[in-house]
Amino acid sequence: MSALTAAQSPQSPQPPRSSRPPQAPQTPRAARIRRPRLRPRQPLTVLIAAGFLVLVVLTAALAPLLAPYAPDSIDLSASLVGTGREHLLGTDASGQDLLSRVLHGARTSLIAPLALLALAALLGVTLGTLAAWRGGWVDTLVSRLTDVMYAFPGLLFVVLIIAVFGAGMTTSVLALALAYAPTIAKYTRSLALSERAKPYIDAYRVQGMGGARICARHLVPNLARSVVGYLVVLFGEALMSLATLSYLGFGAQPPSSDWGLMVQEGQAAVVQGALLPAMVPGTAIAAVVVAFNIVGVWAADRLGSRR
Amino acid sequence: MLSRLFRQLAGLVATLFAASFVIFAAVYAAPGDPAVFLAGGRDKLTPEKLAAVREQYHLDEPLVVQYGRWLWDCLHGDLGRSFKYADQVADLIASRLPTTLALVGFATLIFVVLGVGAGVLAAVRRGWVDQAVVGATTLAASVPSFVAAIGLVSLFGVRFGWFPVTGAGSGFGGTVHHLTLPALSMALGALAIVSRVTRQSMLDAAASDHVEAARASGIPERDIVRRHILRNALGPILTMCGLVTAGMLAGTVVIETAFGLSGVGSLLVNAINTHDFPVAQAVLLLMVTGYIVVTNLVDLVHPLLDPRVRAERSAA
Amino acid sequence: MTTTQPLLDIAGLTLELPGTARPLLAEVTLQVRTGEVLGLVGESGSGKSTTAKAALGMLPAGGRTEGRVTVDGTDVLTLRGEALRAHRARTVAMIHQDPRAALNPVRRIGDFLTERLAHAGVTDRRAARARAVELLGAVGLPDPARHVRQRPHELSGGMLQRVVIAGALAAEPRLLLADEATSALDVTTQAEILDLLRTLRAERETGMLFITHDLHLAAAYCDRVLVMYAGRIVEQQPAPALFAHPRHPYTRGLLGCSPTLGGTAADLRPVPGRPPSLAESFPGCPFAARCPEAEPECETWAPVVSPLEPEGGPVPNGPPVPAGEAACRRLPLAASVAPATHGATGASGASTASGASEASAASGAEAAR
Repeated sequence: MSALTAAQSPQSPQPPRSSRPPQAPQTPRAARIRRPRLRPRQPLTVLIAAGFLVLVVLTAALAPLLAPYAPDSIDLSASLVGTGREHLLGTDASGQDLLSRVLHGARTSLIAPLALLALAALLGVTLGTLAAWRGGWVDTLVSRLTDVMYAFPGLLFVVLIIAVFGAGMTTSVLALALAYAPTIAKYTRSLALSERAKPYIDAYRVQGMGGARICARHLVPNLARSVVGYLVVLFGEALMSLATLSYLGFGAQPPSSDWGLMVQEGQAAVVQGALLPAMVPGTAIAAVVVAFNIVGVWAADRLGSRR
Repeated sequence: MLSRLFRQLAGLVATLFAASFVIFAAVYAAPGDPAVFLAGGRDKLTPEKLAAVREQYHLDEPLVVQYGRWLWDCLHGDLGRSFKYADQVADLIASRLPTTLALVGFATLIFVVLGVGAGVLAAVRRGWVDQAVVGATTLAASVPSFVAAIGLVSLFGVRFGWFPVTGAGSGFGGTVHHLTLPALSMALGALAIVSRVTRQSMLDAAASDHVEAARASGIPERDIVRRHILRNALGPILTMCGLVTAGMLAGTVVIETAFGLSGVGSLLVNAINTHDFPVAQAVLLLMVTGYIVVTNLVDLVHPLLDPRVRAERSAA
Repeated sequence: MTTTQPLLDIAGLTLELPGTARPLLAEVTLQVRTGEVLGLVGESGSGKSTTAKAALGMLPAGGRTEGRVTVDGTDVLTLRGEALRAHRARTVAMIHQDPRAALNPVRRIGDFLTERLAHAGVTDRRAARARAVELLGAVGLPDPARHVRQRPHELSGGMLQRVVIAGALAAEPRLLLADEATSALDVTTQAEILDLLRTLRAERETGMLFITHDLHLAAAYCDRVLVMYAGRIVEQQPAPALFAHPRHPYTRGLLGCSPTLGGTAADLRPVPGRPPSLAESFPGCPFAARCPEAEPECETWAPVVSPLEPEGGPVPNGPPVPAGEAACRRLPLAASVAPATHGATGASGASTASGASEASAASGAEAAR
């Protein structure tokens, strides 16, 4: 086969399980887990998305001041009221003000993915760096563990953990952190491998600095920029996964105002023709995820390219 | 070719062993007595029931033996008993599997037709069509499937009344009618990735010299797109479609819950919410097995589509 | 000059692409007659392939075209849609440099041939199958019935080039464009393919534009040879004359830097410098910078292709038969006629085609999609 046709022949998009491709996005799981994102052509789109996110964070922070009602104030006389002066976004079946709930819900819906990514990053970066630095059996072990996790499609690994430990926001966050860690570990490993080959690492070693210290003081800080860019991209995904778990009843429990849970609670009213209780939190999830994906791709490009 | 098949099979079996062991051993990760956990908690738990659980799962024997027996039973169709439904788990799953398979099949049909179609369109008509396809599909992928489900139900189920809001329907027409919205909600998220892979694969194939040569010999553009570009781009497209379909087995968990469909996915959710671990375990095993088998199958089929890959691999 | 209309007639073809300093093709004028082999020689990037593709109406997208390209009396650059497709399918066929790249790797040899046949008028499937086997036999492929079921990766390069030639012959074209058709093959296979092409030409009376970078090969194989440099024609002579008496310094340079049998390494005189890129523009003769004989005036002299004085002076009786043409300031020109007439045809060609040039650029864009 000539070089020309060989270059054109499409490579098998699924790498063999045993070998680790240099970049996480090449793996089948990554292809499944991380969906393509809007590639912002104009910075205007990014600006709008970023502005929207700042607004969301601000309203989440100021929710108690902004919300016209307490999120859990039940008023059965005002059940399923439409939009109006009293309730800007209407009420749900138990008469709770949807605007107040969505504003308060923004807190859990934003903080939980943040916590889970922080945890996953801690775990993933540690494992990835360890695998790259030590190589040998540590590397093999990490990659084998990763392979087994990758055999579970979608959220099934998380679902298994929840099946064992029971539903709840803490379990969900921990389980998702565990599920995200391999992807981050894989990404970190590929970064760390190329960073390790750089001369400055050798220089520290010659000076007699220990491996752990080089990793903690020099190697990991140099990877931080790229890893953070990657995490920003993962944020939308994490938010979506958590909302899905809450929707299934595995995550946030009543009376939380988590958006996913609100959709579940509001769903019954849809059949009665009242769309707001489900659509308000649903739209909130979709809008935040879209905005995060736009900003995420932009941030990943910026942070990655300055490496 | 044969050695490749063997290697693939060995990999498949190894992954299946590892995954099934994780699913099995999860019982021991649960806090407390595994027998109590398997029986679904302490309430209404009689000593006889506990003994039955111990006997069924051979809990008095070493872990490896337990696993071996459990696997042996699973291979023979004995997936244990549900202590909630008081029924064979295998029967529970068997009665619900058709709905789930129909849903996955329907969703696959939708995302393959629409996704590949959109990708081809984007690749052939560059410019604003291309941008619109990429923008619309990625937007669709940013919407969680349960939100999409409720949006579709609100619009086409409640507002227009075109489709039923819940249930699986009976007969072919009824099933199609009932499953249209669920399948569409599930397919929406897949459109982006499938159309993007199609588009990129087509663009790569279109850049080949033989396409230029075919054009130079006066072959109509339609034929060039069909026989030379799409045909050559098929490998990655098919692989991606296979992977997405395999992943959809897990996606049914959300969609069946959203639409109140009585399938395997909603069975899993109910089992977890009612602490019926044997059922959850069996469904997880089924879904993971299905996923692993389908992804490996895709890997096997790919070279059949592309003689170049076949030649390379047999040479390697 | 023969009275019959040339099969391929390119007149004053100029092609400019946005973002390049010099035109891809500048004032290219050439004719190929029925049954004639015209060699087109030059370094890579000299515009040989672009010239050949013009005969197919495949010029790069977004370019500005001037001049006229006619094949068998049809103005190619104004052809659109179905007519252009039919022209490519039936009148002109191209043999590409790398047969492995020119064949769709996932389709069978038979499919490749029947597809070409179908668009050349053989619509019956069974007849097309039979004809495909026949064609493979005609290009000297042993056991053609077996090869139609094979895929390209199962065949060797020489066999594939025969397949590509069979595909080109499927349409029974009037004009063959052989773009480095033998360059990718080893020497013995090259000889076989050249022999095959020669036989086919003799049998079918096709004209051929034979593109190569090998001046010796061109001189040995072609009736006339045309040398291109930086998108311009610098010399055109009958093959024996070109080989014996190269006139343009560039041609001489090319001959000087190709090894010959019996020569020593000292005989090799490489042309200094590199072929110009599209980013370089030239106010005068583009070769001046590399020309060993260049004079200061060459830097500003706009090149014009002019008839050469025949070797041994003008023929006293009979019409003036220009032995060839060259674009070099320092060459003695054939006495009177040529420069003026040449300029006139170039100008008229440009004016008639200028209206079509934008449209043809659009067609190029269409083709490039």
